[in-house]
Amino acid sequence: MSELRSCREAYTETLRELATQDPDIIVLSSDARGSCTLNGFVDHLPEQYVEIGIAEQNLIGVSAGLAAVGKKPYVCAPACFLSARSLEQIKVDVAYSHQNVKILGVSGGISYGALGASHHTLHDIAALRAIPDIMVIIPSDAVQTQAVLRQVSALDGAAYIRIGRDKIPAVYASRPEVEPFTLGKATLLRDGRDVTLVACGELVHHALMACDLLAEQGIEARLLDMASLKPFDTDAIIQAAEETRAIVTIEEHSINGGLGATVSQIVTAHHPIRVRTLALPDEFLVTGTSLELFAHYRLDAKGIAASTADLLASTETH
Amino acid sequence: MTLHELTVEATEIRKALLTMIYHAKAGHIGGALSSTDLITALYFSVLNIDPANPAWKGRDYFILSKGHSVEPYLVALARRGFFPVEELSTFYRFGSRLIGHPNNQVPGIEMNTGALGHGLSIAVGMAIGLKKSQRMNRVFALMGDGELAEGSIWEAAMAASHYQLDNLVAIIDRNHLQISGSTEDVMTLEPLADRWKSFGWQVQEIDGNDMQQIVQTLGSAPFVQRKPSLVIAHTVKGKGVVAMENIAHWHHGVPDKALYESAMATFDRLQKELNNE
Repeated sequence: MSELRSCREAYTETLRELATQDPDIIVLSSDARGSCTLNGFVDHLPEQYVEIGIAEQNLIGVSAGLAAVGKKPYVCAPACFLSARSLEQIKVDVAYSHQNVKILGVSGGISYGALGASHHTLHDIAALRAIPDIMVIIPSDAVQTQAVLRQVSALDGAAYIRIGRDKIPAVYASRPEVEPFTLGKATLLRDGRDVTLVACGELVHHALMACDLLAEQGIEARLLDMASLKPFDTDAIIQAAEETRAIVTIEEHSINGGLGATVSQIVTAHHPIRVRTLALPDEFLVTGTSLELFAHYRLDAKGIAASTADLLASTETH
Repeated sequence: MTLHELTVEATEIRKALLTMIYHAKAGHIGGALSSTDLITALYFSVLNIDPANPAWKGRDYFILSKGHSVEPYLVALARRGFFPVEELSTFYRFGSRLIGHPNNQVPGIEMNTGALGHGLSIAVGMAIGLKKSQRMNRVFALMGDGELAEGSIWEAAMAASHYQLDNLVAIIDRNHLQISGSTEDVMTLEPLADRWKSFGWQVQEIDGNDMQQIVQTLGSAPFVQRKPSLVIAHTVKGKGVVAMENIAHWHHGVPDKALYESAMATFDRLQKELNNE
């Protein structure tokens, strides 16, 4: 097993490097510096940190105001609150007003596990992809998180980046030959001709293990890491539809309106083949840790492999 | 501008916005007329701005938090030279950049507003950013009274005093009416001044349709060091068109031809009187 590392620590490490070189960078949070691993940042660059208190609407509004006078705000707070309570401020003050605000949603998806649905974020791809002029990115490990932050920080524009909470296995640390992230492009993690798996976030690691399980059954799976949900790599999906027999999407999001819906829309328009969406069901989830829930809802390697093999078997009978 | 010139200008702006709304058959006329004197004073006397260079770094910032009162704002920007006055006739038209709420594709408009309760947070962010850069620009935000029911206003009010934003001046267009009726019937705001004082603001109350009081008060803002300033400007909704004054229906009513013409005639008479002074 490769080394475990949390994306939030990786993010704040890179953010601190960037902020040390650029005094216009201002980091803001809503009483969540612990959750966002910002304590070191606050100690070292106190003048570049603004505490807003537990007030997520004000958090985004203030960030937009900072950007409007030339600062470069980086908001860090739990994804569940940013993507719901602050959604109107993200839409109007940031995206519609064209402000250069970078928003980090931490502990997204079902990272908070047994804390319950109030703390789950399973709607953010659907909600934020429907707002123009904001990038939506869900990196899959610590290395990719740092690559995302470096690329996005160089751009003048709004971005929402969602990461999880736990220390997770590295996808890219052991693959120095793979460029971990290019905005608007899928990252090819494994090539194959039978089926394409399209995943984002923490589940990319589980999809990689699923590829191994499928290979044992003689199924050669292609795996695309689709961290860049907006802009989205339409061409990679069309190519997958043309070159492989079926597509399976895997995401830590509601079955409604996420990666699967996005891929299906492209496939039906350009090259119809079977697409199966693996995601969380449209219901409030049972209690458990994120790993327990991945297994329960068949989003772990075993579940992904089984669903994929099942889909391929059903395409053969047609 | 002198007080007399500002009063003449406010009448010109009222005529222009009435004409815009009449031709567009849409707009928020009541709050537009109540806030016209405040916006006139800001754009023709108080704000440090350069219409030839809207992005000038030394400018004072203005946020129209009550974004539905966009009409006097657009007229003031055009008459101040930010964009051609002729463009005002495109208000609400297909493809126009002059839409029913502030749009920062228009020169001079800083931020897109319209969803209520956002503007003060934006202004707080601007004020924090300016202080961090040791810039002396001031930030003004004009809020409606009905919008004060939005919780985000009070989040921002708390942050403004926490960060001792003495470069921030908030103004409330206290016209006492919102779309459904009296503000006190819809959701009690009083004791309004005490509420803001308890949040750590320095508060002054004025007649927001009296040019002398407006210029004197906004001209002396911010009022004290280490506290944000608030002006509660008591105004009349529909000010200047007697048939619309203090009637909630005129929140976004559109005048018919007879009312439009009689209102314009009243403003013409007022202008003549002012010119003879």
